[in-house]
Amino acid sequence: MSHTPGGAAPPAAYDQAAPKTPPPPPPPPPLAEAIRPNGRWLARVEAASGVKAGACFGCKKCSNGCPLTFAMDLHPYQVVRYLQLGQVERLEGCRTIWLCASCQTCLTRCPNQVDLPRLMDYLKETVARRGDSVEEKRTLLFHQLFLKGVAKRGRVFEGELMGGYLLKSGGAFGPEALANAKLGLTMFRKGRLKLLPARIKDRAWLKELFK
Amino acid sequence: MKTKQEAARRVSYYPGCSLEATARDYAESIEGVAQRLGIELVELADWNCCGASAAHSLDHRATINLAARNLALAMQGPQPLVVPCALCFNRLASARHELMADDSLVIDSIGRLGRDYAAVEVKELNEFFTQPEVIAQVEREATQGLGGLKAVCYYGCQGQRPPKITGKANCENPQGLDRLLAALGAEVIDWPFKTDCCGASHSVARPDLVHTLVARLYERALMQGANCIVTGCQMCQANLDMYQREIAQEMGREVYLPVFYFTELMGLALEVPQASKWLGRHLVSPRALLEESGLPRPVWERL
Repeated sequence: MSHTPGGAAPPAAYDQAAPKTPPPPPPPPPLAEAIRPNGRWLARVEAASGVKAGACFGCKKCSNGCPLTFAMDLHPYQVVRYLQLGQVERLEGCRTIWLCASCQTCLTRCPNQVDLPRLMDYLKETVARRGDSVEEKRTLLFHQLFLKGVAKRGRVFEGELMGGYLLKSGGAFGPEALANAKLGLTMFRKGRLKLLPARIKDRAWLKELFK
Repeated sequence: MKTKQEAARRVSYYPGCSLEATARDYAESIEGVAQRLGIELVELADWNCCGASAAHSLDHRATINLAARNLALAMQGPQPLVVPCALCFNRLASARHELMADDSLVIDSIGRLGRDYAAVEVKELNEFFTQPEVIAQVEREATQGLGGLKAVCYYGCQGQRPPKITGKANCENPQGLDRLLAALGAEVIDWPFKTDCCGASHSVARPDLVHTLVARLYERALMQGANCIVTGCQMCQANLDMYQREIAQEMGREVYLPVFYFTELMGLALEVPQASKWLGRHLVSPRALLEESGLPRPVWERL
């Protein structure tokens, strides 16, 4: 290797003459903790949800743009990675699927157009339908009450939804009760709280849809 | 060209549930401004809820069917179908996209109403109102300048993304509201958080998340020298307006940023008489800002 005379010597690491001493390999993980990939699960979820999660090559753009990573236990790219590896339990028990706000930033920026918000929805629906325990119980409760109202009237009645939510989540009794009551009163005073629900006329289809 | 102009003067309209209650100010300002501009909004007869976050989170079949029924109702009406709520818009446009490829999830009683989903053109209200010909008309007819307002335009997420669904080419840096506000005489301030998320429906179950996200928006808006935020989404408006005092306390600084719907400012500029009634429904009163900005006393004195 020749160097320009008078130039600074290259750092030792770049000098071929430097002896190569690779760091010792880390000890292998205990067998119980090692991940055993299970590819069948990926194919099944892809078919059911329509999300091509196998296309992810791990660039992490989704996670760099995600506004809610600060609260998540898995970053969005990890959700895809666990799916690819077939780590079902890790995914279905995580908070992340419930914290996704579906803001679509990840999908918009994904070079492979992996529809992460749809994947999160698919996982939420699967967990909720099985009746498994959910980390974000209040979020699930809010969604369930919302859908119940829609199934009944075809429209949302915000007064009933919020009332029901506060009763069942404890927000009507705990330390938040006063603040909630005050906000409700202000909204009423500003004419932004409707006292009577709207309902659509044709409701026959609701029974077929939500049976 | 003429037919296109005429078509845009009479459109189908899907207000969505929250415009009947918490976002009444938005609904009233839309109606007031449309009437003043001579645009006829034909409300879909017997429309139903789009299902919002709840349906897309827990029941994919429901989210598709709820949208399919509304799209079917819109098939016979004038086009486009204009939608003021960004989430409703996103749900309807996403479902339409899916339904055009595969409508096998649609139940009989809804499929019977019509399956020509491609015939419905779903358009977000702020895109409709910021078309060049509408901006030109507003600019021509506006009688009240909005000189004192230093506005950052906040578009939020659901109306913009993903572009293959929303059709927004500039989804990372939209310009429509910026152009409209500039035409109304406001000082429009560019900022990088135009399409960042406010947390949307997390405000109920996880208000802490919304507070964190909204605090970032306030911080940046103030840093850029804005004195108000202008939005075209009622979830953004609610999250930025309803908890401002609490969030400011958590931030440990003073925040005074009235949050306007762009239609309210159109109403002020066009001197629609009911405009101050709409503004009176906000939790952060814009009175001090409007007074300071030199708007006439009748606009703000009762706020």
